[in-house]
Amino acid sequence: MAIGVWDAIAIFAVIAVVTWITRALPFALFGNKKAVPKLISYLGKVLPGAIMATLVIYCLRLIDLTEFPFGLAELLSVIVVAAIHIWKRNIFWSISSGTLCYMILIRTVFAL
Amino acid sequence: MRLKRKIKKTLLFALKKSIPIAFGYIFLGIAFGVLLQEAGYGVLWAFGGSLFIYAGSMQFVMIPLLIAGAPLVTVAVMTFLINSRHIFYGLGFIDTFRRMGFKYPYMVLSLTDETYAVLSTCKYPADVDKDRAMFFIALFNHCWWITGSVLGVMVGTMIPFDLTGIDFCMTALFVVLFINQMKQSASRIPAFIGFCSSIFFLLLLGPANFILPSLSFTVLILAILKERLEKMEAGVA
Repeated sequence: MAIGVWDAIAIFAVIAVVTWITRALPFALFGNKKAVPKLISYLGKVLPGAIMATLVIYCLRLIDLTEFPFGLAELLSVIVVAAIHIWKRNIFWSISSGTLCYMILIRTVFAL
Repeated sequence: MRLKRKIKKTLLFALKKSIPIAFGYIFLGIAFGVLLQEAGYGVLWAFGGSLFIYAGSMQFVMIPLLIAGAPLVTVAVMTFLINSRHIFYGLGFIDTFRRMGFKYPYMVLSLTDETYAVLSTCKYPADVDKDRAMFFIALFNHCWWITGSVLGVMVGTMIPFDLTGIDFCMTALFVVLFINQMKQSASRIPAFIGFCSSIFFLLLLGPANFILPSLSFTVLILAILKERLEKMEAGVA
């Protein structure tokens, strides 16, 4: 530990509280209203699709398209996950085969 | 007795829904635990951090901040920027969570990317208690994360094989849940907007800063398209 115990506790506490604030904000704003505003309940319905797409991009945000291996290991593995999921519809199969594919690719074809 | 059977069914259902998360959370938790231990922090720190903070990517960012003893204002701003995407997650669960009584605050504070993704794509069979199932999915996920990080501190350095790339399972999870979401929803337009917006802002602002502008822009466009999208949804139903 490079810093004192209380300094570390303060850092943990600040991160926890700020994280809680981001999660609690929509509930603090709309949770006490008798009826949730129509626009908000509409957004709650359409946002999951948009957020899921954003989270996929978020997970791939660090790939570098300008340098070898051009994110190919990630893109190929995403295609494997999607194809197996559309085919088999089994979440365990899709995730484990895609992850295995990725782990093999970065050790063989796309090893640095 | 029937009530007992329903609770048992609900527990099994929640466990099944949280297993894909277990895979990722345990291995990512281990990776976090190893780094934390290398920075000089023990089991209690891993346990406390994962219990109270419970935000994957932020906990990884926390480690260099701890080592450097970063100023608290910096810590607060970074946490806000990294976790700001969570602001949008609650919007779909306001009515659902607030009727859950004493579980309400826990549901709100444990809404991670993965729990949000599972809860918003989950279909509940009639013989399952929906509120309880949601609570247990959130709780099980939280347990996997705590278990992983504590394991990482205790035995992480003893793992005999190279786990590089195992974090891809989280990407795979979101791809899978994205496909499920596409199947269920009346319109693919929201996903298309989210996809284009995140790529646009990623290219424009880079990986560290794109998510808040991207999600804000997505919300704005979706709000503008409200009438049109609601008509489409009504048309399909």
